[in-house]
Amino acid sequence: MARYVLRRLGLAVITLFILSIVVFTVSAVLPGSVGRAILGPFADKRSVDQLNNELGVNGPLVNRYFRWVSHAVRGDFGNSYKYKSPVMDFVSKALTSSLKLALLTLVIVVPLGVIGGTIAALRQGKALDRIITITGLSLAVTPEFVIGIVLILVFPVKLGWLPSGGSPKGAVLDQLKTMLLPALTLTAILFGYLSRMARAGAIEALNSDYTRTATLKGLPRHVVLRRHVMRNSLLPTIAVIASQMSYLLGGLLVTETLFNFRGLGLLVADAARGKDIPMLMGAVFIVGALAMTMSLLADLLIAWLNPRVRLGAKQ
Amino acid sequence: MSTPALEFNDLQLAYMVRGQAREVLRGVSFAVQPGETYGLVGESGCGKSTAAYTAVRYLPTNARILGGDVHLAGRDILSLDKKELQNLRANDVSIVYQDPGQALNPTIKVGLQLMEAYQLLGQSKHDALTNSREILRKVQIADPESVLGRYPHQLSGGMQQRVVIAMALACNPQLIILDEPTTGLDATVEAEVLDLIRGLRDEFGTSVLFISHNLGAIRAMCDRVGVLYAGKLVEEGRAQDVFDNPQHPYTVGLLRCLPRHGSRKSAQRLETIPGFQPLLGAPLPACVFVDRCPLATEKCRSVAPEWTQLGGRKVRCHHVDRVHELVSSALPEGTPSTVDRSSTPMLVLDGVSKTFHQGGQAIKAVRDVSLELFAGETLGLVGESGSGKTTLAHTVLGIHAPDQANTITFDGKNLKPGTRKRPADQVRGIQIIFQNPDSALNRRHSVRRIIGRSLRRLAQLPHSEVDGALQEITASVRLTERHLDMRPSQLSGGLKQRVAIARAFAGHPRIVVCDEPTSSLDVSVQAAILNLLGDLQHDRDTSYLFISHDLRVVRYLSDRIAVLYLGRIMELGPAERVFDGPHHPYTEALLSAAPSVDGDTRERIRLDGEIPSAVNQPSGCVFHTRCPRRLEGDLCSTVEPPLTPTPDGGVIRCHIPFDQLGGQPVALRS
Ligand SMILES: Nc1ncnc2c1ncn2[C@@H]1O[C@H](COP(=O)(O)OP(=O)(O)OP(=O)(O)O)[C@@H](O)[C@H]1O
Ligand code: SF4
Ligand code: SF4
Ligand SMILES: [Mg+2]
Repeated sequence: MARYVLRRLGLAVITLFILSIVVFTVSAVLPGSVGRAILGPFADKRSVDQLNNELGVNGPLVNRYFRWVSHAVRGDFGNSYKYKSPVMDFVSKALTSSLKLALLTLVIVVPLGVIGGTIAALRQGKALDRIITITGLSLAVTPEFVIGIVLILVFPVKLGWLPSGGSPKGAVLDQLKTMLLPALTLTAILFGYLSRMARAGAIEALNSDYTRTATLKGLPRHVVLRRHVMRNSLLPTIAVIASQMSYLLGGLLVTETLFNFRGLGLLVADAARGKDIPMLMGAVFIVGALAMTMSLLADLLIAWLNPRVRLGAKQ
Repeated sequence: MSTPALEFNDLQLAYMVRGQAREVLRGVSFAVQPGETYGLVGESGCGKSTAAYTAVRYLPTNARILGGDVHLAGRDILSLDKKELQNLRANDVSIVYQDPGQALNPTIKVGLQLMEAYQLLGQSKHDALTNSREILRKVQIADPESVLGRYPHQLSGGMQQRVVIAMALACNPQLIILDEPTTGLDATVEAEVLDLIRGLRDEFGTSVLFISHNLGAIRAMCDRVGVLYAGKLVEEGRAQDVFDNPQHPYTVGLLRCLPRHGSRKSAQRLETIPGFQPLLGAPLPACVFVDRCPLATEKCRSVAPEWTQLGGRKVRCHHVDRVHELVSSALPEGTPSTVDRSSTPMLVLDGVSKTFHQGGQAIKAVRDVSLELFAGETLGLVGESGSGKTTLAHTVLGIHAPDQANTITFDGKNLKPGTRKRPADQVRGIQIIFQNPDSALNRRHSVRRIIGRSLRRLAQLPHSEVDGALQEITASVRLTERHLDMRPSQLSGGLKQRVAIARAFAGHPRIVVCDEPTSSLDVSVQAAILNLLGDLQHDRDTSYLFISHDLRVVRYLSDRIAVLYLGRIMELGPAERVFDGPHHPYTEALLSAAPSVDGDTRERIRLDGEIPSAVNQPSGCVFHTRCPRRLEGDLCSTVEPPLTPTPDGGVIRCHIPFDQLGGQPVALRS
């Protein structure tokens, strides 16, 4: 297991390194002259050059990259062009909000998905199974903004129950209220995948020989389900949750814009629109690092839950 | 008379398939008496497992009981409610099935799974633990403490099956049902597991319903047997009587499919039972066996035969008086072997070794193997799993590269490692047939396309000639035109194996590696495939490297046999001598492990423990840790015996002189 963790960590570091190169090159090469981009087409050449020098975007690419990295590892992504203050402040605030939203979403969708999927598996082929499966599928193929708009139309607009957007602030309850609709939108998107995986996992476990052994041992049904079926069916489900992490982040982007929620998604979108390069680089890099950390954690969790991996069996 | 432990009364059961009821058990009646072991035999799909699971009422949702009843310990199990059924399973009946690795939950420690069975009986954790330890000792696990703390994947197959058996015994049930409990285990492990079951059954007085396709195992275990065909019992009686003196044409056929009494391909062909079992759900003829029965008459089609009682046994046949004609009819003659041992050998291995490196360890899978294979000859490879049979075969095929180059010669030329580096004629010249034909056949292609592709690729035939060659090869493996347009999934196991054989023979190979080619097939199908392999060899002068765990099958097809242990040749010689002796102590133990349908006359030689790991091989003679004939003193444990030539041109690796080795006629034994 220790070796597995080390290998996985090493891989993560390498991926981060590659990510940093990609992020850097893309933002350094694409927009042409940064100074020109900021000052606009009508500024004279001298002030553009001067600004470029001030920003330090003129030296050789490699030098600039190392400067950027050496700062980035210390959490310094430079100053935002637009706000003239450290990128990290914005990113960390947005990160906190986004993580809150992601967490709330997971808290809602994971139990729903797992329970829904398991119930569908137990009622395989019956009406309830169909209802769960079809609901999940139709929600998954509906675009986020459609679901979001419907939710906004129903709750804030029609019923006036919840705020239609904004960022989480103040008391916990208020924060939850603000986040509920975006979280539900994301839940709707993710539920289909999750319940389908949970269903498949549960069906496999239900049909397995060890479940048969447990039943024929004379164990009561609920013990068989809890101890033998759920335990094994959760494994593949967790794998899916992990692989959906980056999808969740992508979903955040759209959902946040829709609900005007000040998270990483909105930050990236704004930075891109405003050609705020340091902000864009910082935010994208953090999003990437976040996605990777989550999948790393999920992989470790899976490994830890599965004795065959944990105890280093040969396959 | 006391109540039977298990009793089926005219049970009729069907599976619903697309709204149609397909009858699988068609009025089955039998009883297992207290303390008795009852065997069920019959070809795949005849309903054995269905009967087993009916007895514990664990049936797929599409199963329907159409009539009859099943009593377990006097209770009508079909009328029990949920709770009662659960109690019955917890207290009175246990079932053990194939593939113990799957039967245990991979994420829970063995100990907890075992304790579960005791806690279910209301025991405290502490008592459950003590009892678990105790029962593991009973199933002869030397170190229960460490086994309790392990996960299933950390145990060998034999250990896993012991744990499953221990779990089955936990409630001290009146009845244990064993459905193919040793299929997939090594012969030596199988023998140990059977010994164990027999011992425990005698100790606890448990009744056993034993299902196995291994007729030898059934004979060794059972008091009585029932022969099931297409969901109907056709013969029942004492195991010994049924096997020694079968009275139903089907039973006679089954037994004559087996290579027995040391039969060889050169002496006789094997009997096959032509045709197939009636399809599931098809309307049955009056006698279920009529379409395949050589004695069938008009009466058999119109009147269903009732039981004919023959003093203690029953046969469902109109013409019992004529069955002796079948028994005494001679089998067709075999094809005498034409191996010319003075010619240049087709394949020469000269000191071939293969070491795998994994996690810093050297796994010595094959050590210094030298042998020759002549044109038209079959060399059988036998040994427990882990002895290096498959690695050796794969090295010849080029899947692995041997440790030293230039140690393998094929048809006079050096054989390069790795199929990619070999010239086309060498690749074409050595082909393989697997145990599981599915792995060799592309599921999405038709049989015509699969074989056609091999003809183009291996035989490099131009398009115009492919059709002709296709006809020829399919005819020689006895497939018909009708099969050519089917996909593998539409074919039975035996037909699939024929396609795989046709594919392997497409490029006129000189050598075919047969890796357990009949292990997943019914005996009647196995017989047909063995006959086919014999014919192809005779017609085309092909050589076989033949691997099988079924020693009688190996004996039937092989001219010479090599016995491997921990990657070494322990003995190599003509098939008769290797089997009849004098033979190596390891061979002797292997042979005595395999139960025979003809009853075992010899005392079984026990091999203690499992085959040692190929990483840390024992010093001296590698077999000394398990050898029943190990010499006094430390010669065996310090000095590795050399391969000594035997008078018949073979070799044996043992310190005991040839004329004092086991299995030989008494006269020789001084
Ligand atoms: N759930 C099911 N639905 C439809 N048909 C089934 C089902 N289960 C089994 N069958 C069919 O019923 C027949 C009897 O099956 P069963 O498993 O009892 O045979 P078996 O004698 O145990 O065979 P084997 O030796 O291969 O284990 C087979 O033809 C099988 O294909
Ligand atoms: S009843 Fe007729 S067909 Fe059936 S087994 Fe007997 S002889 Fe054969
Ligand atoms: S050399 Fe010794 S240990 Fe090895 S097989 Fe012979 S008798 Fe047994
Ligand atoms: Mg079966």
